[in-house]
Amino acid sequence: MGISVIGEKCTGCKKCEAACPFGQIEVIDKKAVIQEGCTLCGACHEACEVGAIEVERPILQGASDLDTYRGVFVFAEQREGELRSCTLELLGEGRKLADKLGQELAAVLLGDEVEDLCPLLVAHGADKVYLARNSNLRFYQTESYAAVLTAVISQYRPSIFLFGATTTGRDLAPRVAARVRTGLTADCTSLDIEEETGLLLQTRPAWGGNIMATIKTVNHRPQMATVRPKVMKKPEPYPDRKGKVIHIPIKVNPKGMKTTLLEVIKSREQTISLEEAEIIVSGGRGLQSAENFKVVEELAQVLAAAVGASRPVVDSGWKSHPYQVGQTGKTVQPKIYIACGISGAVQHRVGMESSETIVAINKDPDAPIMQIADYAVVGDLFQVVPELIKVIKSRTKKGESRKNLT
Amino acid sequence: MRIIVCVKQVPDIAEMEKMETDPKTGTIIREGMPAIVNPFDEYALEEAVTWKEKQEGEVIAISMGPPQAEDALVKCLSMGADRAILLSDRDFAGSDTMATTYTLARAIGEIGDFDLVLCGQQAIDGDTAQVGPMLAEHLHIPQITYVNRIEVEGKHVVATREVEDGYEVIRCRMPLLLTVVKGINVPRVPTYSSLSEAMDKEIPIWTAEDLDVERDRLGLPGSPTAVTRIWYPVPRTGGQVLTGEPPELAERVAQVLLNILQG
Repeated sequence: MGISVIGEKCTGCKKCEAACPFGQIEVIDKKAVIQEGCTLCGACHEACEVGAIEVERPILQGASDLDTYRGVFVFAEQREGELRSCTLELLGEGRKLADKLGQELAAVLLGDEVEDLCPLLVAHGADKVYLARNSNLRFYQTESYAAVLTAVISQYRPSIFLFGATTTGRDLAPRVAARVRTGLTADCTSLDIEEETGLLLQTRPAWGGNIMATIKTVNHRPQMATVRPKVMKKPEPYPDRKGKVIHIPIKVNPKGMKTTLLEVIKSREQTISLEEAEIIVSGGRGLQSAENFKVVEELAQVLAAAVGASRPVVDSGWKSHPYQVGQTGKTVQPKIYIACGISGAVQHRVGMESSETIVAINKDPDAPIMQIADYAVVGDLFQVVPELIKVIKSRTKKGESRKNLT
Repeated sequence: MRIIVCVKQVPDIAEMEKMETDPKTGTIIREGMPAIVNPFDEYALEEAVTWKEKQEGEVIAISMGPPQAEDALVKCLSMGADRAILLSDRDFAGSDTMATTYTLARAIGEIGDFDLVLCGQQAIDGDTAQVGPMLAEHLHIPQITYVNRIEVEGKHVVATREVEDGYEVIRCRMPLLLTVVKGINVPRVPTYSSLSEAMDKEIPIWTAEDLDVERDRLGLPGSPTAVTRIWYPVPRTGGQVLTGEPPELAERVAQVLLNILQG
């Protein structure tokens, strides 16, 4: 086994015992003793303050047993017991990859009282669900989640492991990749299997899609990637699909963790996240004041869209930073992006240029945004937008959402 | 309090318009493109300097890159870093995030004890956001990413983390690593005198020789990921231009939206 306790360093403080999510360390006669069922997850190594525990994982550089890593795994992200939509998108994409390889697709689900989600994961394509259920896994926390995933990788040896490129996925995946020492590609927008080699082809944009790169992880496993939300299509669910749920026995002791989640605060303003929105209505400098921004918010409301802003709006304090789209804000890829009074500096464009359809409303037909918009609406936003709100409202029956309107 | 800030020098994207492409290969000619400190790293540096001023201590800026990345470190010194270290060696070239963070971790190991490591949430050229968490793992310290507020309470940090639907408040004992978002502060603008002082400071250059490293974990050979293809997609071009009176425009836009939503 690749784990050892350095006897002279160990003080018998029991921090490792508390940290082990699998109950596989016992302190006997003031020394830590690793039990048979150790998964090499590394939680004890992280918790030990005197450097008395060493974990050695086999490094797979050029190793001959790369082929023994099999299956496509998807991290099933849930928040408050509900699956993130990117999870279903990942299952759809993962299914295609698994079929090309002739291997299994598995979802890895962590949380508290989340069993109900297993049939949903299976219906969307998972052959297996690895379920780690524990009240201390209710909320995402890097330490506990990274330990469980490392254990899953050590034990079940997947060839591919996919995550949504959310704030959770982008916090968790690099931590795990560094721990198991494998490659990770961020924010992919397309995935495929290379025919000759069976390797995962991971394609991602840089500089707002001005450059595209395809990346491979040749000699390390699993091949890990985070995938941009909204890019892959959600698959049709088949409720009759059969799948297997495998319980991962786990005990998480909050005392063994270095970080404490004190509070989870829901944003009161933005009810739809920019990254996951189908429609985004964004406002720019053309709004002229914070007060005027209301017209953008109202249009967003009638369209059930998320609200975005350009950098000058955020720098002027009309909207807070979480609303910013662009280079120093968020990169978004909605179905429809409506830019109101945004000139379209390159710093903004790199954050939204991959949107499916761009509608720009601007007085200036020569503004850069008008040159990339699918629909360049030349007009005064203070006249056009209120009219647009009226028209949309008139087509929406009272109290009905946009979905019913279509 | 000792704070280490990791910074990256990146091309100034605002100048991208003027960028030229090689007519033969279609690749961007990067030479001569102006370089700046990654904007997110400026927030990290400002935060570090602010806390140093409140708590007393030392801020060390560290960067890995070609020799000219020294310019980025000069800017850090002019913004209040006490000293700066440049990691530069041909053997570091071609590093992916894994090899980069391994090298950074070993360099931080040479520096010695610290309380905080601060990074920007991501670099604007690569956009991976992977360096923070990977570096924290190599250093065996906890991480808190996407932080927009830091409070120091004795030996603990309470950080507010920006997530899709709100915020998380997390408490952690130091040492730890934090990656910060825009909006955490407004970075100071260096003055003429702080800049000239910074230019007089010596910035040591550390090579692989200076670090306790396994050579096969450095640079391109030490990188698990490999770029196999790079291409430049055809830039997006405009579509229809709609003109007319506002009510008519609104009708047409509404129709466009409905058509798309009905798929």
